[in-house]
Amino acid sequence: MERFDRLEAVALPIAQVNCDTDQIIPARYLQKPRSDDFGNYLFADSRLGRDGMPAPELPFNQQAYASAKIVVAERNFGCGSSREHAVWALYDYGMRAVIAPSFGDIFASNSLKNGLLPIVLPEDVVTGLLTGLLAHPGASVAVDLPAQTVTLPDGASHAFAIDPFAKHCLVNGIDELGYTLGLAGEIAAFEQSYEASGRQDG
Amino acid sequence: MDDAADHEPRTLLDKIWDRHRILAREDGQDLLFIDRHFIHDVTAPAFEILRARGLKPHAPTRTFGTADHYVPTHSRDMSAVNHPERRTMIEALTRDAGEAGIEMFGLGDPRQGIVHVVGPEQGLSLPGMTIVCADSHTSTHGAFGALAFGIGATEVGHVLATQSLWQRKPQWMRVLIEGRLPEGVAAKDVVLALIAKIGVAGAAGHAIEYAGSTIAALSMEGRLTICNMTIEAGGRAGVIAPDETTFAYLAGRPHAPQGADWDRAVAQWRGLHSDPGAVFSREVVLDASAIAPMVTWGTTPEDASPIDGRVPDPASAATAERREAMGRALAYMGLSPGTALEEVAIDRVFIGSCTNGRIEDLRAAAAVVHGRQVAAGVEAWVVPGSGLVRAQAEAEGLDKVFVRAGFEWRFAGCSMCLSTNGDTVAPGERCASTSNRNFVGRQGPGARTHLMSPAMAAAAAVTGRLSDVRRLMAKG
Repeated sequence: MERFDRLEAVALPIAQVNCDTDQIIPARYLQKPRSDDFGNYLFADSRLGRDGMPAPELPFNQQAYASAKIVVAERNFGCGSSREHAVWALYDYGMRAVIAPSFGDIFASNSLKNGLLPIVLPEDVVTGLLTGLLAHPGASVAVDLPAQTVTLPDGASHAFAIDPFAKHCLVNGIDELGYTLGLAGEIAAFEQSYEASGRQDG
Repeated sequence: MDDAADHEPRTLLDKIWDRHRILAREDGQDLLFIDRHFIHDVTAPAFEILRARGLKPHAPTRTFGTADHYVPTHSRDMSAVNHPERRTMIEALTRDAGEAGIEMFGLGDPRQGIVHVVGPEQGLSLPGMTIVCADSHTSTHGAFGALAFGIGATEVGHVLATQSLWQRKPQWMRVLIEGRLPEGVAAKDVVLALIAKIGVAGAAGHAIEYAGSTIAALSMEGRLTICNMTIEAGGRAGVIAPDETTFAYLAGRPHAPQGADWDRAVAQWRGLHSDPGAVFSREVVLDASAIAPMVTWGTTPEDASPIDGRVPDPASAATAERREAMGRALAYMGLSPGTALEEVAIDRVFIGSCTNGRIEDLRAAAAVVHGRQVAAGVEAWVVPGSGLVRAQAEAEGLDKVFVRAGFEWRFAGCSMCLSTNGDTVAPGERCASTSNRNFVGRQGPGARTHLMSPAMAAAAAVTGRLSDVRRLMAKG
């Protein structure tokens, strides 16, 4: 996993509540191999209008956001399907952080495991940020993961919370599996006593 | 059921959690032992993670596989998988499961079907278990009193390699549903009414325990439908304490305990309930007698109304944000505010999915279809949830009821719920569907989905529009 410490980048607004993972990446792309650039499939259905041409009103199709690495979204971003492909699509497109008032639980968990930082900020802060970004396309936001702060285009700084272990993994670019494999002895001991108990309630 | 001396009243979640905790990490996450891991034909990326690290599945006998997302439903022949990438996904599952020694219900196996139908059917999903699968509808299996939840591909790799998963204990929410369901109202209507009430993020960060007299009176099939849709309220897990209905369903299933083991298991399972006085972080109460058959009109499952209502007016929304979301949903759905829901004409009908592809669902639909014909211009499908559901329906003659009425009688798979296998609803077409998500593009680009119960979908098929099934039932 790529290390994440500090990032200052253009923020792209997705002003829509309950943006589900079927929209982030339609199910027909789940059959693609991970070696593909999933950025090509990000919001595949809404990036193109009914006529098959790029929809100009969409931030993804606007030059001002071409270098965006941060998404700012509304409540319950990434709800629905557990498809990790939604995270891969955002990541491969170049995104490294998503700021929203809340996330779908599985999406947030998948994000942390792929170097995409989900940041929860209060709803009024995100609403204000979205309004500002829509008024000034191409504005930048700064994220400092070690300090756990986000600095908005207006200079205001906001603290955010993150699980210490997830932060440790992101900052150092390590994954959880390597850590757990180091606990093989503890797992084996548990397994042995668990199976010896012969119980049927799990 | 845990051995820990703990006199505090505990919830069902506490009991399952404590029994499976291997380690606690200082950041508040626990390493949970996983009893059961289901894999399907979208699991290939997780095996790639293992292969890249030179790892092998740690406990293959705790893992079971079935092909569901990419299988064709018009044929059981691999040659009918006409897309090379889809064929690769099915073949990868067969190869990965075979190499690891994981039991697998493949395309030619009579037990093949949707993972959330097959697990319960085979007695693989048992009370008190921790159950995971790379699919958000894994919440389904909680109907047996198990802690079951969906995970991502990286977590699947973690479970395959270690048979464990780091988790933070969710908050515990109780949904109490009391009273008798009116005629024509099914489990699907209950859960749609719940989601309409609490919203698609209403249970975020929570696991839900469903309880009350309505739940107690429901069949296992109905309970599976309700737990299945928990994720549509934002809750990762939905759980129902096991009771006589649970035990009667499980008795004699191939992978359920047998003989003396069964008796011992049932005795232990009886302790799997929240103790009197256990604390819930939140409680929601629903009056079952007030629930009507529901349909969705928008693009999230919370956009649901009783069938005798009208398409709502965004102008009446409480907030600007809701007004904007409703307006966008109605534009996508091609609906005008104020239109009676029963006037909305449909093009397609899909009866199936992990939500409503079980035998009781097909019986409910067939009872409405019996002696009637699919309306002119409507294409209607029944896709049983598993090969065994299909065989049972055929033994009961349900297939003949559907075929005689003009339905297509297809083979088991996820099919048109999310259209990964190519079973799609065309752009602009309107589908009455028993599946779980009416998201934009879920059944294909531009497809318009209305979620409802199997009986309501059957009513839509024979009338050609969204229809109140209670009226058809009255006619007999």
